Amino acid sequence: MRGMLCAVPEELLAGAGHGSNDGGAIMGYRGFGRYKEALAAKTMDPKIMSVGQDGGVTTALLCYSIDNGIIDGAVLTRKSGPKWVPEQVIATSKKEIIECTGSIYALSPNMYKLKDAVREYALEKVGYVGLPCQIDALRKMQLYPFGARGIGERIALALGIFCSENFHMEGLRTIIEGYCKMPIEDVNKMHITKGKFMVEGKKHAEVGMKKASRYAQDGDSVCPDLVAEYADISIGSIGSEEGWNTVFLRTRKGIDTFYGAVSAGYIETDDINKAKPGLELLEKLALSKKAAAKENIEKRKAMGLFVTRDQYY
Amino acid sequence: MKVYDEVVNMVKPKFAYVHLAACSGCEISFIDNFERLLDMMDMVDFEYITLLKDVQEMPAVDIVFIDGAPCLQSEESVKMLKEARSKAGFLVAWGGCSATSCINNFSRGGQMAQPQHESFPQVCRIVKVDAFVPGSPPGPEMAYNIIKAFVEGDTEYLRYLTTYEVGGFACGCDLMKNIIENALCIGCGACAMSCPTRAITMVLGRPCINWERCVKCGACYAQCPRSFLPVPVMDRMMEGL
Repeated sequence: MRGMLCAVPEELLAGAGHGSNDGGAIMGYRGFGRYKEALAAKTMDPKIMSVGQDGGVTTALLCYSIDNGIIDGAVLTRKSGPKWVPEQVIATSKKEIIECTGSIYALSPNMYKLKDAVREYALEKVGYVGLPCQIDALRKMQLYPFGARGIGERIALALGIFCSENFHMEGLRTIIEGYCKMPIEDVNKMHITKGKFMVEGKKHAEVGMKKASRYAQDGDSVCPDLVAEYADISIGSIGSEEGWNTVFLRTRKGIDTFYGAVSAGYIETDDINKAKPGLELLEKLALSKKAAAKENIEKRKAMGLFVTRDQYY
Repeated sequence: MKVYDEVVNMVKPKFAYVHLAACSGCEISFIDNFERLLDMMDMVDFEYITLLKDVQEMPAVDIVFIDGAPCLQSEESVKMLKEARSKAGFLVAWGGCSATSCINNFSRGGQMAQPQHESFPQVCRIVKVDAFVPGSPPGPEMAYNIIKAFVEGDTEYLRYLTTYEVGGFACGCDLMKNIIENALCIGCGACAMSCPTRAITMVLGRPCINWERCVKCGACYAQCPRSFLPVPVMDRMMEGL
């Protein structure tokens, strides 16, 4: 399996450790973590498609899960107003889920909402959508619930979103108003594609990621994870055609939920290997994120700074 | 059959729960495992735990949970801790009061019925601690996880708790000092979720601590994904999901 899928030399894979193919059923491009299947997908619901960031798969999966009792609510992030300040919400209906569609490139500390979801909303099966680092936080919380009584076992579905970097709210505003020369209120959609930060709204504007990245939060520079390696299902746009999502199915629960949604007509799929630019590009980016993280961690260690105990590359 | 039972009992690790100065919240949390408590009893023999068993003196055991801080002005309490250490193979500082002293840090004495009782240091200042579990109280699942890991010899799980980083004097300040000052914070909000007193609010994606409310239990720093990341345990977990 590995030989068939793999785009990197075998000797590189040999030392991969985490993320390499070491089980029969698990396939691996190096850089994508453990996963069982990679495919291209998009929603079949035109309403979700019209508001979705790319293929609308995250929203479609949540809608399917809530319709079929896989979750009874989800902790999500939405745009709170025209200033694009992210707001963390507990969505318990399809309508509320669809309101949270679309990406906001600013910090959204939605882990704390899990407590409210369980305590105040009394949800038994909680869905969670997070960035790779937030999925790490979620898994750590499930394994070591120092202050998370009864939350870990109620996590029914963890969806991870690809992430190259994230911004402070003011950083985001600076990029849009400073570089793109456009009031943030006029923006309808933000996008990071092909090395550019793009905004759509009253006009189209873009700025190179090299410039925009100086406003990224520094914590991201030691993050090795582009594709949410510990989610049940990871979803992003890099690698697939426009209007489609690249999807990694990582756990049994992820596979069951995803194919449930496919057979119920929420999602259509396609072969990711036919897509352009395909997984090769995604792998290149994922590996360069890992390399950068490793380098930055070494640099910080050399300065005598504390860095997170244990990381994966 | 009798012989078999005896052999099983011989190899089954013995467990004790010692209570020092604390509110009993951590003990309640321990018991809040409900049905899982039966599984825990299958894994270890509960030899000494005052809330569940009428035994006056702690016997020698394989694993002991220490709940609460010892009082330096109480000879009895220090003696009890030292005795527990000498009688136990593996000592777990269970809960904020023993791992970090928690609210006991605020003690200045002067209270009836023992106004001379004023110093409640962390357990690790008096005896060697093998595993720290901060949190006030820690989630009940932590007790189950630790006992399971201990019985199965799962050092991969335990090793993150054995360093003195997660124990000793703790404060919401740890987030500033170790995470934000080292440019590690990613604004996930796990600290705010774990805070038992809701002293942490996330402002512009960073923790903001209400110092009047922080009880210095250490849960936020331990819960932060950037303090330690249990990657091998996470890998194992993913296989079961």
